[in-house]
Amino acid sequence: MVNYDPNPTGNSTSPGHDTTSGPQGGPAVTARSLTVVRGDRQVLKALDFTVPRARITGLLGPSGCGKSTLMRAIVGTQAKVTGTLTVLGAPAGTPALRERIGYVTQDPSIYQDLTVRQNLDYFAAVLNPGRAHRAARAEAVTRAITDVDLTSHADDLAGRLSGGQLSRVSLAVALLGTPELLVLDEPTVGLDPVLRRDLWNLFHTIAATRGTTLLVSSHVMDEAERCHRLLLLREGVLLAEDTPDDLRTRTATETVEQAFLHLVDEAAHPETSG
Amino acid sequence: MPASRTLATAARVLRQLRHDPRTIALLLIIPSLMIILLRYVFDGSPAVFNSIGASLLGIFPLITMFLVSSIATLRERTSGTLERLLAMPLGKGDLIGGYALAFGALAVLQSLIATGISVWLLDLNVVGSPWLLLLVALLDALLGTALGLFVSAFAASEFQAVQFMPAVIFPQLLLCGLFTPRDSMQPVLRWISDVLPMSYAVDAMTQVLHHPDATATFAKDTGIVAAIALLVLILGAATLPRRTP
Repeated sequence: MVNYDPNPTGNSTSPGHDTTSGPQGGPAVTARSLTVVRGDRQVLKALDFTVPRARITGLLGPSGCGKSTLMRAIVGTQAKVTGTLTVLGAPAGTPALRERIGYVTQDPSIYQDLTVRQNLDYFAAVLNPGRAHRAARAEAVTRAITDVDLTSHADDLAGRLSGGQLSRVSLAVALLGTPELLVLDEPTVGLDPVLRRDLWNLFHTIAATRGTTLLVSSHVMDEAERCHRLLLLREGVLLAEDTPDDLRTRTATETVEQAFLHLVDEAAHPETSG
Repeated sequence: MPASRTLATAARVLRQLRHDPRTIALLLIIPSLMIILLRYVFDGSPAVFNSIGASLLGIFPLITMFLVSSIATLRERTSGTLERLLAMPLGKGDLIGGYALAFGALAVLQSLIATGISVWLLDLNVVGSPWLLLLVALLDALLGTALGLFVSAFAASEFQAVQFMPAVIFPQLLLCGLFTPRDSMQPVLRWISDVLPMSYAVDAMTQVLHHPDATATFAKDTGIVAAIALLVLILGAATLPRRTP
């Protein structure tokens, strides 16, 4: 539905040739036999993957495949995580990581009875408290509002905004602390094509100019083409970890969606698992 | 700087309320209206108004802050803002402390109006200092906030949260000595009333009513109310999960 542009900001790094190690030390996220149990169900089953620094990694898969659980595990808000999960050089969930990670949940987690600016002011005060940092906070808030293109709505009550605007406020909160890792759970769901393109442009700008690592989930496969790398997840199992180009080449398909279906069939045929 | 996160949270809670002037008006006006109503219900027996009126000055902040804080924290839990805050460098104490500060401030305002109207307009006859009444009212408000925060953990919706009001508050109301002295109750009920915090809130109010100075009993009663409020606040903090099960 949109004309894709896998590299809209025109930054020099080619998404096709990517290494898993970033500029500063190891990858942003390393998982080894990562397993999560919720209730009596294994939601994630022994995942092994890495997320390279300063790149956009897409986490794709159908609804209910475990994307949000995986994101919560990385952010450190998921219980019953086993295996090894290293985030920015520390075990996931380490309190010191909280100010280095920006996390946007699926639902816009903001206060509907505050204005956009008041929302950001509060979250900025949590991230960077104290009278001494007031000027720095005001600057961060203004920049975040500009980033998500809501300057003209800064003093509107969040409850009066549209769904797309709400999710952009939520994103702005995550951009506040200039996090090293941004974890975005379905940030473009329900947005119109123009907004989706603008947001993806913003993601690429952030990755290229601020060196931020982005992990973006989506169940819409055409968004995959905009990522540098992909993690394809289905029923808690990792189907593929690759660049979009290599994935299509390897499966001899035209689109990531076809590649995904190809991999699903391939996984189903040899052992007919349910 | 943990204190500034607590203050920022309190300021945020008050800012949210400021966008909802009707709630503020209801919070501030209803207790005073009820006291005025009570005064004229007992028009012929001012002694009854005197004893019940003073107790109610302590009970109103407890009930209103219970309701407001249980709904407010329930919203925080269901809207995802709690998950977001706990993924940030915010201590649970900052959040709970922020709520307690904000609602405490509101309770002071509410009690100032209600106590002022009772003492100066309705001739509520208090032997002790009205400031002691205010102190008890503030502690009661904190107790209400603490109970509300705690109870919101067991409510999945606003409907359920509101039902906790009769479940948690009404038994205390019946057993706190407002309707009949606690000594004359059936012994089992008397024992139960001994462990319910509202009993001590009402006892403290009665002490102020009858004694010119803060008595030892008053100190014990307010100490118990404060201790239970603190204990329930800590329990409430324990119900804020940093991790999704």
